[in-house]
Amino acid sequence: MDFSLMQRVFPFFVEAALVTIEITVLALILGLAAASLAAAAKMSKSAILRTIGTVYVSLFRGTPCLIQLFVLYFGGPQIGINLEPFAAGVIGLGLNIGAYMAESIRGALVAVDRGQTEAARTIGFSRFQTLRKVVLPQAARLMIRPLGVNTVALLKGSALVSTISVVELTYTAQRFIGSTYKPFEIFGVAALLYMIMVYAVARVVDLLDKRFAIV
Amino acid sequence: MSTQRPMVEVRGARKSFGAVEVLKGIGLSVDRGQIVAIIGPSGSGKSTLLRSINHLESLDSGEVWLDGVQVNQKLHGHAFERHINKVRQQMGMVFQHFNLFPHLTVIENISMGPIILKGMTKSDAHALAHSLLSKVGLADKIDAYPSRLSGGQKQRVAIARALAMQPKVMLFDEATSALDPELVDEVNAVMKQLAAEHMTMLIVTHEMRFAGEVADRVLFMDGGVIVEEGPPGDMFRAPQKDRTRSFLKKYLSA
Repeated sequence: MDFSLMQRVFPFFVEAALVTIEITVLALILGLAAASLAAAAKMSKSAILRTIGTVYVSLFRGTPCLIQLFVLYFGGPQIGINLEPFAAGVIGLGLNIGAYMAESIRGALVAVDRGQTEAARTIGFSRFQTLRKVVLPQAARLMIRPLGVNTVALLKGSALVSTISVVELTYTAQRFIGSTYKPFEIFGVAALLYMIMVYAVARVVDLLDKRFAIV
Repeated sequence: MSTQRPMVEVRGARKSFGAVEVLKGIGLSVDRGQIVAIIGPSGSGKSTLLRSINHLESLDSGEVWLDGVQVNQKLHGHAFERHINKVRQQMGMVFQHFNLFPHLTVIENISMGPIILKGMTKSDAHALAHSLLSKVGLADKIDAYPSRLSGGQKQRVAIARALAMQPKVMLFDEATSALDPELVDEVNAVMKQLAAEHMTMLIVTHEMRFAGEVADRVLFMDGGVIVEEGPPGDMFRAPQKDRTRSFLKKYLSA
């Protein structure tokens, strides 16, 4: 094994990992926003909104993320959507993970005991007040773990944007193969960096879980 | 008979869940300060009746009135939402499983309603909560979270939370059914204290002894109808209907 090669490429890979983090964070923000809207739509009283929510979730969970990225990046220009690779990557990953996160959010909301809603309503709280003051604080705790799992999936799934030429960790690794012919070392370093990032996410999730624990 | 309007009135209440009709045209009137116990076997419709008074269940037909205001008015959307939120503030409800808010301390559970819905200042609401907690014997638990309380303590906090809205009537839905036997008395004692203060109460219960001690009137429900009603003394000593007799025999001998 060529350790000196691994050492030499490491700084470049760290820089590329920063791009991976950037994409992941932006897609996470977009995903959470899309997920909140989709979860609200799916739980709405309006049949139209429920349908929109369901279609969004089934569409993005029912097709490969790679195909979604291709449709957006390569197919986009045909319908007048011209996106830079980076933007297409963030939007594609964000909309994809948003569909999974919508289910995590909805799952947490419906997992809060019905008696909580009933108690709040009998005191005289409106639907919105009940959601805001009683259901959401309890659901927030229940959604930390599933959303953490989604975030790890997003982080690892961000490797897919290398196929639409976003220069992130996986793309950088592939580029080094051509000049070194040492895929074991090269992809090994990339894998190590992914693992460190996943570990960091897991730690943050643990901290949030403790922070929001209900005694 | 007094001519004052009843505090709670139910007329011709019907309600079905799927093909099962659980309320078959119930009528009921409770005067101010009166205490009515509703007894009957599981599935008799007694909880559904109580829940429909608070509109947790909406009736298929019939009317519910609270102190001269119709609870289940034919309003739509936001108009009904506003109406029912106002009406519910005047009714306290206590559940079998307490339903305290686990993410809030005892005092926050109690003061939240007055602060948000009545615009009470935090310090006034906390003073109110404090006095209610003293009343139910839990002044020392003010900053505890619900998970640290026993079942009996939770239910007493739940009663204090309902009282904090200064309701016109209190609805108890099997308030002691989920409690260990040795914890039942502490909750019953609080309810008796409310009775002594002439709180209007509807109590759905399985405890015949308690119903006999506290209620002015007992309703026996079975199969979605009120089979028999009367003062507890008469009802327990000399029930008129066979169904009442066989039900009471099971309970009073147990």
